[in-house]
Amino acid sequence: MKRVSLGILCFLMSLLLFAAPIEVEFWHAHGGRLGEKVVAICEDFNRSQSEYKVIPVYKGSYYDTMTAGIAAFRAGKPPHILQVYEVGTATMMAAKGAIKPVYQLMAETREPFDPSVYLPAVTGYYTTSDGRMLSLPFNSSTPVLYYNKEAFKKAGLDPNKPPKTWPEVAEYARKLVQAGYKGGFSTAWMSWIHLENFSAWHNVPFGTLENGFGGLGTEFTFNGPLQVRHIQQLADWQKEKIFVYGGRTNKGNVLFSSEEVAMYTESSAGYAGFVGTCKFEFGVSMLPYWPDVPGAPQNSIIGGASLWVMNGRKDAEYKGVARFFSYLSKPEVQADWHQFTGYLPITKAAYELTKKQGFYDKNPGTDISVLQINLKPPTPNSKGIRFGYMPQVRELLDETFEDILAGKVTAKKGLDDAVRKGNELLRQFERVNR
Amino acid sequence: MQTQKAVFKGILLPYLLLLPQMVIIVVFFFWPAGQALMQSMFMQDPFGISKEFVGFENFENLFKNPEYLSSVGISFTFSFFVAGTALTVSLFLAMSASHVYKGELVYKTLIIWPYAVAPVVAGVLWMFLFNPTVGVVAWLLRQMGVTWNYLLDPIQAFALVVIAASWKQISYNFLFFIAGLQNIPNTLVEAAAIDGAGPTRRFWTVIFPLLSPTTFYLLVMNIIFSFFETFGIIHQVTQGGPGQATNIMVYKVYKDGYLGLDLGSSSAQSVILMIIVIVLTVLQFRFVERKVEY
Repeated sequence: MKRVSLGILCFLMSLLLFAAPIEVEFWHAHGGRLGEKVVAICEDFNRSQSEYKVIPVYKGSYYDTMTAGIAAFRAGKPPHILQVYEVGTATMMAAKGAIKPVYQLMAETREPFDPSVYLPAVTGYYTTSDGRMLSLPFNSSTPVLYYNKEAFKKAGLDPNKPPKTWPEVAEYARKLVQAGYKGGFSTAWMSWIHLENFSAWHNVPFGTLENGFGGLGTEFTFNGPLQVRHIQQLADWQKEKIFVYGGRTNKGNVLFSSEEVAMYTESSAGYAGFVGTCKFEFGVSMLPYWPDVPGAPQNSIIGGASLWVMNGRKDAEYKGVARFFSYLSKPEVQADWHQFTGYLPITKAAYELTKKQGFYDKNPGTDISVLQINLKPPTPNSKGIRFGYMPQVRELLDETFEDILAGKVTAKKGLDDAVRKGNELLRQFERVNR
Repeated sequence: MQTQKAVFKGILLPYLLLLPQMVIIVVFFFWPAGQALMQSMFMQDPFGISKEFVGFENFENLFKNPEYLSSVGISFTFSFFVAGTALTVSLFLAMSASHVYKGELVYKTLIIWPYAVAPVVAGVLWMFLFNPTVGVVAWLLRQMGVTWNYLLDPIQAFALVVIAASWKQISYNFLFFIAGLQNIPNTLVEAAAIDGAGPTRRFWTVIFPLLSPTTFYLLVMNIIFSFFETFGIIHQVTQGGPGQATNIMVYKVYKDGYLGLDLGSSSAQSVILMIIVIVLTVLQFRFVERKVEY
C-alpha cells in the first residue's frame, strides 16, 4: 500500500513537472555572437522563474523571420513573439487582428507597465501618435561617423577633432586623398543614413502626415531642395574621390577596415564589428550636418528591430510574454545588452547604469548614439518614419542612388522619379490595408 | 492478339506504382502553381486579413509598369548572352576534347567540376574574384588600367553575372556535346576529309548539322537555366543592381514577394514565368522530339 501511494505521488509530481512551465516561442533574426547572446538572455529569464519558458528560434535574416512569422500566422500557428525590422513597422501595424499591441498585452495580463521609463527617442518609433506602445524595441541603433585616427595623423589632421559638418568632411577628405588614401569617406545603408536620417537630422520631412505617423494617406517628400542638394553633392564628390560608393547594405564596411577610406558612416551597432576587423585606432562621432541649415543638427532616428506580439495563442501564455518583456526592460538586462552589442538601451535607467559602471569612459564613443538620438526633443520630422512597403522603397532608393552616382540621372530627376514610384507603392499599400 | 503486350493483373498495382510520382507532382507542382494562379487574381495584405478579388488587374499593372517591362527585357538579354556564351564555349571545349590524348580523363573531369557547384557558391566565388576592394581579378584589371567597379557600372555588373552563370552551365553543355559528338559516325567525317573538306568546313557542313538536335535541346535548357536557376548568382553578386541593370524576372518575383510582401503582384509575375516555361517546353517537344533522333 505504501509503495503504491509512493508510486502515485511520484506520478503526480512528474505530471506537475511536465505540466509546467508554459512555453513561449520567440522567433528572432540574430545569428552568430548576437544569436548566442539572445539565447543566453532567454535562458537567464527561464532560470529566474519556473512558470514560463521562452524558447528562442533563429529564423534567418530579417526578411526570413518576418516572412516566416506571416506564413505561420496564415497557417494558424504564429509564434508568440516575432522580431520585425523597423521598416516592417507599418505592415505590422496595419495588420489589425494579427498582432496584440504591447500596451494592450500589458493591460490584459495586468503586468505592471510604465511607458515613461523608456527612452522616447527609441520607443517613439514604435508608438502611436497618442502615445500607446505597439511593439517593444529590442535592438535599436542609429548611424554615427567612424574615423581612422591614424589616418588623420598621417594627413596632418587632429585625431581628436573629427569633422562636424559636411564641408569639413570634404576638406578632411581632400587632405586624406593627398596623403595617399584612395578615397575620403564612404557609407553603409545609403537610404537609411543619407536620406531617412539625413532628413531627421536637418529637421526636414521625409513624407507628409508626420512622416507617416499620421495615417496611411501619406506621400513622400524626400525630393526637397536640401535632400537633392546633399545627394547631388555626394555624386559630385564621388568624381573627386572625396566620396566612394561601397555598395548596398553595409557591404562597404570593408572599405573602412581595409583603410581605403578613413571616414565612414555606419550603424552604431557596427562598433563591435570594427573593433574586430580594424587594425588601427578609430574614433566615433556624431553624423555631420550642413551648417547653413537652421536648427541642424536636430536628432537622429533609429533602425534595427522590435518585438511584436502575435495574436491567436492562449491567454495564459500571454502572461508569460508580458513577464518576459518586463524582464527585458530591466536596467541590468538592458545595460548588459547595450554594452555587449552596441545597440541602444531602451530605458533611461539602463543608460544611467551603464554610465555609472564607467563603460563609456572605458570605451570612448559608445555613448555617441545615445547622445545623438536625444540631442533635441523630436519634431514631427524626427520621430521616425512609418510607410507601407518601406522595404521596397529602400530597394527603389538603392537603385536610384546607383543611377545618380553612376551619372545616369541628376539627383533632382532621380529623387523626383523615386518619389513618384514610391507614392504609387503607398497608394497600393493603402488599398490593400483599407 | 495480345502476345506482345505485357498485361498487369488488376488495376491496383499500376496505380499504386504511379502514386508516389503523382503525389510528388501534385504536392510540389500543381498545388503551389494553383496557389500562385489564385493569388495572382487577388490584392491582399501580407497577413491575408483583407482580400480583394481584382481579376487581371495585377497583370495589367505589371504591363503598365516600365520597370517590369525593363526587367523582361533584361531577362531575355541575359538569357541570350548566357546561352550564347555557355553553348559556344562548351562546344569549343567538347571539340577540343577529341584532340586530347594524354590526360583526357583529367581534362574532362576538370570541365565537369563546376556543375557540382551550387549557383550561390558560384556567385560568391566570382564576387570575391571581382570585388572592387578585395578581388584578385579586380586588382589585375586595375593594374591594366581598367576602372573596375561593378557596384556602379551597369555593363560591368551585367558582364560579371553573365560570366558567372555561363561558367556554371558550361559543364552541363559539355557533357551533352561530348555524347552528341560520339554519336556522329566517324565514317562521315572521314568521307568528307577524303573529299577534300578542311577542318572548318567539316565542322560546319557535317558535324554541326548532325549535332543540331543536341544543340537545340541545350539551347532550351540553357534558356530555362538562365531564367530561373541564376537566382542564386544574382542574389549573391548584384542583388539586381546597380540601378535595375541585373534585375531579372525571377529576382523581381523574389524582391516583390519576399522582401516587399506584395503577394498579388509577385504571384502574377510567377504566372507569367510559368507561361514562358510552358511555351519553351511545348516548343521543345514539338520540334526536337519530332524531327530528330539522338
